[in-house]
Amino acid sequence: MNKLVDLEAPASPTLAAPVRSGRVLLLPLIVFALLAAVPIATLWGPQGYVLSLITRIMILALAAMSLDLLIGYGAMISFGHAAYVGLGAYSVAILSSHGINDGFVQLGTALVVCFVFALVTGAISLRTKGVYFIMITLAFGQMLYFLGTSLAAYGGDDGLTLASRSILFGSKFLKSDVALYYVTFGILLSAYLLLRAVVASRFGRVLRGIRENPVRMEAIGFAPYRYQLTTYVIAGLIAGVSGCLLANQTEFVSPAFATWQRSGDLIFVIVLGGLGSLHGAIIGAAVFSLLADILSHYTEHWALIFGPILILVVLFARGGIGGLLGSKP
Amino acid sequence: MTLTLALVQILNGLQFGLILFLIAAGLTLVFGVMDFINLAHGVQYMVGAYLLAAFTAMTGSFVAGLALALPSALLFGLLLEVLIFRHLYDRSHLDQVLATFGVIIFLNQAVKFIWGAAPLSVPIPDALSGAVEIADGMLYPVWRLVIIAVGLAVGLALYLVVNKTKLGMLVRAGASNAAMVSALGVNIRLLFTIVFGVGAMLAGFAGAMVAPLLSVEPGMGDNVLILAFVVIVIGGIGSIRGAFIAALLIGLVDTLGRFFAPTLLRVLLDPAAASQTGRAIAPMLIYILMAAVLFFRPSGLFPVKS
Repeated sequence: MNKLVDLEAPASPTLAAPVRSGRVLLLPLIVFALLAAVPIATLWGPQGYVLSLITRIMILALAAMSLDLLIGYGAMISFGHAAYVGLGAYSVAILSSHGINDGFVQLGTALVVCFVFALVTGAISLRTKGVYFIMITLAFGQMLYFLGTSLAAYGGDDGLTLASRSILFGSKFLKSDVALYYVTFGILLSAYLLLRAVVASRFGRVLRGIRENPVRMEAIGFAPYRYQLTTYVIAGLIAGVSGCLLANQTEFVSPAFATWQRSGDLIFVIVLGGLGSLHGAIIGAAVFSLLADILSHYTEHWALIFGPILILVVLFARGGIGGLLGSKP
Repeated sequence: MTLTLALVQILNGLQFGLILFLIAAGLTLVFGVMDFINLAHGVQYMVGAYLLAAFTAMTGSFVAGLALALPSALLFGLLLEVLIFRHLYDRSHLDQVLATFGVIIFLNQAVKFIWGAAPLSVPIPDALSGAVEIADGMLYPVWRLVIIAVGLAVGLALYLVVNKTKLGMLVRAGASNAAMVSALGVNIRLLFTIVFGVGAMLAGFAGAMVAPLLSVEPGMGDNVLILAFVVIVIGGIGSIRGAFIAALLIGLVDTLGRFFAPTLLRVLLDPAAASQTGRAIAPMLIYILMAAVLFFRPSGLFPVKS
């Protein structure tokens, strides 16, 4: 019934290309400039701690940004996105445990694994709609989590410690936290620009059209399924890259990377930062991590404060922090 | 010998499936009637187990503990409904998922805050703590049989209420078209509060019944929640009959899979590899089953909405 009424409705303003005004461009510019300056600014402070914290924030932001493409632009609420982070991390760790430490081999493997997993599970999941989609992505994520816990040869439940960080171009320069920081920064920036280009392209507009009204899009000759599946795979690949980085940052992997609670955190991050803005993922990741970090300094029961904050954000702060800062989701 | 072992595994699977049914029953109705996705349903199960542990320790009797824990679980569920969930019915699924995720984070920490992170254990009531011989030399714990009996009884009672009473008729009507039921003058909010309260109490009841078998610890509801979701998605959201069949299916597949997968694989692989692979595949079976069901029937086995 609703669908019929929708056919008469005027085109939604959100269908317009997102990057128009300078104000929208300004915020991500400031965010990336700040991130680029951090290692220099911390030369006079507790550099090791700050660098590792912000590297983790950028890795979280990368995974969250890919989920923003799915949820914010594609309206595909995946509750199993942490699975791809786990796949990426385990690709690095398992190859490393067999003595293969070349970063490009590890990254290539992670991308292939994530591509196959996203293609297969996406093809099945996208046959379902709404709540069923949330549930089936959740189930696929849990499936991988349990696979991880049963890999006795690779540490099972306890996880696996990396012998060394990845080797790039035959050099071990990733051992330096500053180098890892800038590699992570570079990847985050590239992913941001790539996703910006994707959502501004014809493909992105079709995707947003499907989000607003799949029936209408189908009526004018687009096949939503193919666009959604492509998006699902792109998001999975980027989350896999973030997993590779995470394994390098923590020098440890565990099935806990892929639990559904981590998938929930990712959704929290993008809603906190503002859905459908891409850079909102970075702001959300920063606020999320800093909040957890600061609260945990005061009390071990920081989740008692964290949980209610999440509820309040959902109930009262639609559009997240990005919305408050004036960027339109 | 193998046959009696298989019998024990089937009973275990049945018991597990019925516990899942107690949890999934409320979840599927809440989902079906209000289109409300409640991740916090798993913590109701945890809260039930904790309440039972606390009240049993306080009164020294399991029966008294259960008698106090059930109404408390009901009240707790209604409290959450009034405080938080009520404001989420008109929101998107994404908002519902997130807010109820926040409730999980809070309550998992809250039980840690109140009862500590260490697992609590609850003794099985003395009269039911023994074992019976179900086959030659094969003993089976009475408490698990009690859970099976109680689970079947609750299933039957729910079936009768949902299919034979006026209240049940409204619930079924609500699950297939809530707006229409509301338009016919039924107070759908009240109906939902009742359904929600009963669902919360059933999940708490499930937690209380398994408390003597498992350790009562923070986060115990999280994995059960996912299994309950698998059950209602396979069964078809809003269908009690679907939830019952899917719960038994999941319980049996999971339990028997863990038991038989290594044995069956031995036909193909050498024993060490078979037990490795078997243990890796077994926990994935139910998710593969779910994917297969949704692939062929995207709305589950017994879809309620047309």
